[in-house]
Formats: sequence, structure tokens, C-alpha cells
Amino acid sequence: MKTVEEIKTAIETAVPGAGVQIVPNPSVSGQHSLRLAPGHAVEVAKFLRDELSFDFLSNVTGVDWPDKEITEKVKVTRTVTKTVDGVETTGEETVEETRKQVQPGCLEAVYHLYSVALKQGPLTLRMRTVNRTDQVELPSLTPIWRSAEFQEREIFDLFGVVFTGHPDLRRLLMWDGFKDHPMRRDYVEPDDFEYEPTAHDDVLKRALAHRNRDQGPGIRDQLAKAGQ
Amino acid sequence: MAVEEGLKIELGKQGVFVTTIEELYNWGRRSSIWPMQFGLACCAIEMIATTMARYDLARFGAEVFRPSPRQADLMIISGTVTKKMAPQVVRLYNQMAEPKYVIAMGACAISGGPFKQGYNVLKGIDRYIPVDVHIPGCPPRPEALLQAFMTLQKKIDGQHLTGEDRPRHLDAGAQGEFPVPVQGEHDLEPASNPGVWTVPVVMK
Repeated sequence: MKTVEEIKTAIETAVPGAGVQIVPNPSVSGQHSLRLAPGHAVEVAKFLRDELSFDFLSNVTGVDWPDKEITEKVKVTRTVTKTVDGVETTGEETVEETRKQVQPGCLEAVYHLYSVALKQGPLTLRMRTVNRTDQVELPSLTPIWRSAEFQEREIFDLFGVVFTGHPDLRRLLMWDGFKDHPMRRDYVEPDDFEYEPTAHDDVLKRALAHRNRDQGPGIRDQLAKAGQ
Repeated sequence: MAVEEGLKIELGKQGVFVTTIEELYNWGRRSSIWPMQFGLACCAIEMIATTMARYDLARFGAEVFRPSPRQADLMIISGTVTKKMAPQVVRLYNQMAEPKYVIAMGACAISGGPFKQGYNVLKGIDRYIPVDVHIPGCPPRPEALLQAFMTLQKKIDGQHLTGEDRPRHLDAGAQGEFPVPVQGEHDLEPASNPGVWTVPVVMK
């Protein structure tokens, strides 16, 4: 099988300005992946299918990259004026400063490709949205590989990535009126965990939060009251 | 007026059969519990096995699985009830004619089971409809389902036609229809039917 570098070169000759990046995988398996620029993804996918015989899309999945706060220590040199024994001296001093930076998050779709004809694979493709809130569009690869249809719907449902060009983009697992995206890291699940007979840790905390809440009367209580 | 048990046996020996309407009525009902043909997950496979020759549910008069809720007496909640499916389960239960019974089969139907910490699984069908028999297990063996049938038969046998503890279908004032939950923006609304289910007290 061609290496990822070779595939990248082939893509760049076929699709000028494709903007393909290699995402290295430092583990022993060394399965590096290719990050596609969303603007050229459909063209690149067509090239991979028709010219490089990647005829089988086995899996599509999503990744949520939340906003990340990075703390880094930077050495800063600045001019300091000191007064020692009544004499002013100007010198340079190196101080360590802690800077905080927020790296904006994004949503990622991951595609696993195989070639049944050449018995090759997998090739991993990745695409990233601009951010996690309003610019969450990615081009759909369903027109290229039909097997992406349901899995892209699933990513739309659980991560909230909007696939442009998808023939039938609806929620797949949750119901239509559902507003959240449960696989996102910041998803808050509904608090319906009032009771757990063998509660422990977080479950116990959630159960205890419900301990003293108001409860409506049950059928038996209602009947007893009606009988009185 | 119930007949004394010893007298009944003595009369039986003489070829005289004595019974009460209540006994006859309950005997008829408990010997022909027709379940609804309705499976939700892997527990349904065990339910199917129970109806087959090896376990032979027909011995209990309950082999006639009806494909319509209108002809069924018993709903076996056999498997995981997702929040997407829960309104349909309650609606089917509402469509069944009285008297109707419910067996919650397996850990999922009782409490959500292994999926209890998930956002998408209902944490027990008894939050919306009254359950008569709970069977633990994941999935329960066919023998456990037979045990549940026998428990339900005992329960039907013990029901009185009149009096305070008469079953729901003989009580004109009893709640007959159970509200179907609505699929809301974040969760089912309401999250449980307080007329059926109240939050058990956590002891710790």
C-alpha cells in the first residue's frame, strides 16, 4: 500500500490546492491520517475512490474537541531601574510569566477507507469544522460513498455537525424535537436519576440531591383519600 | 359466600361440584392470559424461547400471542425501553382492553439495567405504567418468565370482584388511561407519572 505521504502527493498533483495535511500517529501502529480542507473534500474523495480505488467506506465517526485553555510559561526580558545605595542603575532582568490562552475547539469527522479491489487499507480521513457553535458545516461524502449516509446522520444527531450536500439529513437516534447533541463533551444529561438502590460515588450524589423533593401522591394515596 | 374447603372436597367426592362466581371468573382469566406480541430487545428472544416446545408456555394457557393490543391481556415489556420508544409503549398499553397486566422482564425494563446511566434509556417502565410482576435477570431465563406467569396467575386468583381491593377494571373510579409522555427538547415530559410511580427514598 502507498504510504500516507505518497497518497498526499498524489492528491496534490490531481487536485491543485487541495490543502491536505498529515496528522501523525505517534503510536507503534503508525496509522497516520490525512486532514482534508472542507472546501476540496468532495473532489479529493472522488479522486481517492476513482483513481486510488478506495471503494469501501467502513466507518464514519465524530470527535468533539472542546475549547482548551493552555497555560504556558514564557521568559520575558525587561528593563528594570533599580536604586541601590542612592545610585540608579538600569539593568535587564528575565522574568517568567504565565500566559493563558484559549485554543478554540472544533468538531471533527473521521472516515475510514479501505480498498477491496487492491486489498488495502485503512486510510483515515479527517475534517474539522471552524468552531463548535455556529460554523459547524462540513461537506457530506455521501454522494461519493453511499455507506456514509446513516453514519453522517448519526454524527449530525450526536455531535451536531451539519453535512452540506447530504440527501436526507435528519436525526437518526434521538427524536426530531430533541435539541441537544449528547456525544459532545459539554452535554448535560437530564436529571432523571433520582433513585438507585446500590448508589455510590456520582450516582449517590445525584440520588441524594433528590432526597427531599416534593412528590405527588400515588394511586393508592389518592384512593385512600377518596375513601375517607 | 365462599364454600369451606373441606366441605367442597367432600362434596366433590360425592360428584357435586361447588364453586363461586369469583373463583370461576378468576380461573377463566388466569388460564387464558393472552400476551401481546411485542418485543423490545434481547429479552424478547428469551420470551420467544419460552413459547417454544422446550419451555412450552401453552401449559399456562398463554401461548396465544396477539398481534393487536386490543386482543391482549398481558404486556410483557421484554427489553430496554428507550426514551424514543416509551411513548409508544404507553400508548399500546392504553389501547389494551381491561383487565390488563404488565410483566417487566429483565433489568432494563425494571430500572434501565446496564444502560441506566445513559441519557436515552428510560429508567424503568414503572415510571409510566403500573407493573404487576418484575423479573430480574439480564436476560431472565425462560424459567423465570414461567415463574412470572405463575406469580401473575396467583395474583389474579387472589383478586376479589367486590370490595376495596377489587382490581382496576371493576372499579369505575380508577385511573384507566395513563398519560403518554411527550418527547421534549431535552427529555421526556413529564419524566415520570407521579400517579403510578413515586421516587423511593434513598436510605444512605
